Amino acid sequence: MAVKISVQHVSKIFGSKPLKILQDLTAHFDKSLVMKETQHVVGVHDATFEVNEGEIFVIIGLSGSGKSTLIRCLNLLHRPTGGEILIDGQNICDFSPKKLRELRRHQIAMVFQNFALLSHKSVLENVSYGLTIRGEVKAASQFKARQMLLMVGLDGYENEPISALSGGMKQRVGLARALANDPEILLMDEAFSALDPIVRREMQFELLKLQQQLRKTIVFITHDIQEAFKIGDRVAIMKDSKIVQIGSPEEILTKPADEYVERFITGVDRTQILTVRSIMVVPSCLIQMRSGPNMAIQEMKRNGVSSAFVIDHDLKLSGLVTLQDALKAIAEKLSLAEIINREVIQVEPSTTVSDLVPLAAQSAYPIAVTEEGRLLGIVTKVAILSTLG
Amino acid sequence: MMSFPENWSIDIAESIDQAIRTLGIRYEAIFDGIKAFVSFFLNSVEGFLFFLPWWVLLLMVLVGGYFATKRVLSALMFTVMIFVIGLFGYWNLMIYTLAIVFVSVLFSLFIGLPYGILMAENPRLARYSTSVLDAMQTMPSWVYLIPAVSFFGLGRMPAVMATMIYALPPVIRLTSHAISNVDSETLEAARAFGSTKIQALFQVKIPQAAGTIMAGINQTTMMAVAMVVTCSMIGAKGLGSEVLIAINRLEVGRGFEAGISIVFIAIVMDRLSQGVARSMDRKAKA
Ligand SMILES: Nc1ncnc2c1ncn2[C@@H]1O[C@H](COP(=O)(O)OP(=O)(O)O)[C@@H](O)[C@H]1O
Ligand SMILES: [Mg+2]
Repeated sequence: MAVKISVQHVSKIFGSKPLKILQDLTAHFDKSLVMKETQHVVGVHDATFEVNEGEIFVIIGLSGSGKSTLIRCLNLLHRPTGGEILIDGQNICDFSPKKLRELRRHQIAMVFQNFALLSHKSVLENVSYGLTIRGEVKAASQFKARQMLLMVGLDGYENEPISALSGGMKQRVGLARALANDPEILLMDEAFSALDPIVRREMQFELLKLQQQLRKTIVFITHDIQEAFKIGDRVAIMKDSKIVQIGSPEEILTKPADEYVERFITGVDRTQILTVRSIMVVPSCLIQMRSGPNMAIQEMKRNGVSSAFVIDHDLKLSGLVTLQDALKAIAEKLSLAEIINREVIQVEPSTTVSDLVPLAAQSAYPIAVTEEGRLLGIVTKVAILSTLG
Repeated sequence: MMSFPENWSIDIAESIDQAIRTLGIRYEAIFDGIKAFVSFFLNSVEGFLFFLPWWVLLLMVLVGGYFATKRVLSALMFTVMIFVIGLFGYWNLMIYTLAIVFVSVLFSLFIGLPYGILMAENPRLARYSTSVLDAMQTMPSWVYLIPAVSFFGLGRMPAVMATMIYALPPVIRLTSHAISNVDSETLEAARAFGSTKIQALFQVKIPQAAGTIMAGINQTTMMAVAMVVTCSMIGAKGLGSEVLIAINRLEVGRGFEAGISIVFIAIVMDRLSQGVARSMDRKAKA
């Protein structure tokens, strides 16, 4: 996967002598102390991360932790006090004003928390704003804008004034305006935070749906951990101007970096994020297809279980055998292949626990985790229950 | 010991007179140029207003009043007010007054709008200008007559200069205030999409600020109306001079007629420009 945005040791200090303050800053500075002693605000300190092409990278943190400052560095609305920002390998901090303008016009677009629409223009004029200012002819930009409105489900609203729209519709316009430029990178600063919960969920779904078609590189900011884990491929957690952990939602849930992160993730519905991969275990008892019912019984007895998965020579899952069936096979002189239950429930390792729960409820046996037919592990009901708690 | 010593004195009046005379002579060409330029505008506007048949002017007030207030009754009332001024026999005097107001406001805007924008873009300029504007607004209006008369003599032309300067502060202040208070996220959006400074100014800042700017224009207009009356003191013919004559001769009835006419003009101009401001504000804030 190609790296699209690379942020290297970026810091942003607000005040009259930011460079000097940055030099004097130690790794464990106290933000409010710096404020008191120097009247400078540390917006972001030493942020380093990479965003891959086509990825949704979420930055999350409490209010005032520096999220907006950091995302505004990515299109140089804020110029970093220190560090580098590379887009497609080029350091944008070195760009001339003209080149920067071109970057903003073609490659990188932004969606804002309070929509930031132009209230004196119609919906269509808002969506075509970016195209107009980069000098595209009216007919072409309006055509493009109409397409975008169709895409976000606002066709028919072209000539409405902005004031006629609800919050959710306004943000759809914001999204359409950003997409109209056909940018490779989309910056979304708390884009859904001003919306009420139902509309918000709708918009999250909409974004994921659009992302399936468009495959943009998205940097998304939120202060809502549920939202972060729902839409983020990877999540960075910020605290007091610093990034404290970066990882997939699952990594963060299973290995929180510190107490702060732990507190952040309490209350998260873990079943939505945890996948089978992180709760599956290696089965203690496995039976080879070529062994007979007698061996199967011995094997099960030794491990103290009443059923076991049967695999063939290249680890492919063949089915499940129970102690009862095996005993019956001996009595009726049948082979293992004739008695195994081939209709066992199989799931992929990326299945979320919440999707697994109803399957587990139906099944009397542990669930098999397979990849292209090969058995990777099993999930016991006890493991599922422990994630719910 | 009680009274101020008589022989302690400085005399700067003479030197100021001298300085102004010297200035007037040295830069005669410039002052003449300004005078010719302003007079040209004044004559053109006045000529145009006299060229219009009286009922066309009334019709314009009616239609303008309707669009400004969206109420037929108000529009009719404005029209009647102007009509009554005619009945008082002050039609021509009203036109003189209107011409001075229009030209002064035009020049005020011509200077004030760009200056207000510059102020909003340049904090240092704003700091210096604000104290000057404060001083300008605390000075009584007739103080402005002094330099106008010194440089341009008596008549309508210095009246325009004094009115223009007197009416300048509100449009500068409100323009600057409006432009610097455009929602910061909206401005960020303009920048984030790659607007040039000029594009951001004309496509985002000015339209977003339009309502407040119009309020400034309205205030400037009202100050100009008030000032024109004061300007009758330096010989600008119009409704104001009628009041002045009435006061000097203690003719109460005449003063009342002229006074009412001025009030009517003020009301009509206020409502018309406010209407425009409101409709632009609705559009911007919508
Ligand atoms: N333009 C600015 N000037 C001074 N301080 C600022 C500016 N923008 C943000 N800050 C400060 O930087 C810190 C981080 O703010 P911000 O990035 O907006 O946080 P978040 O988006 O996470 O709520 C805050 O303490 C804020 O007050
Ligand atoms: Mg923020």
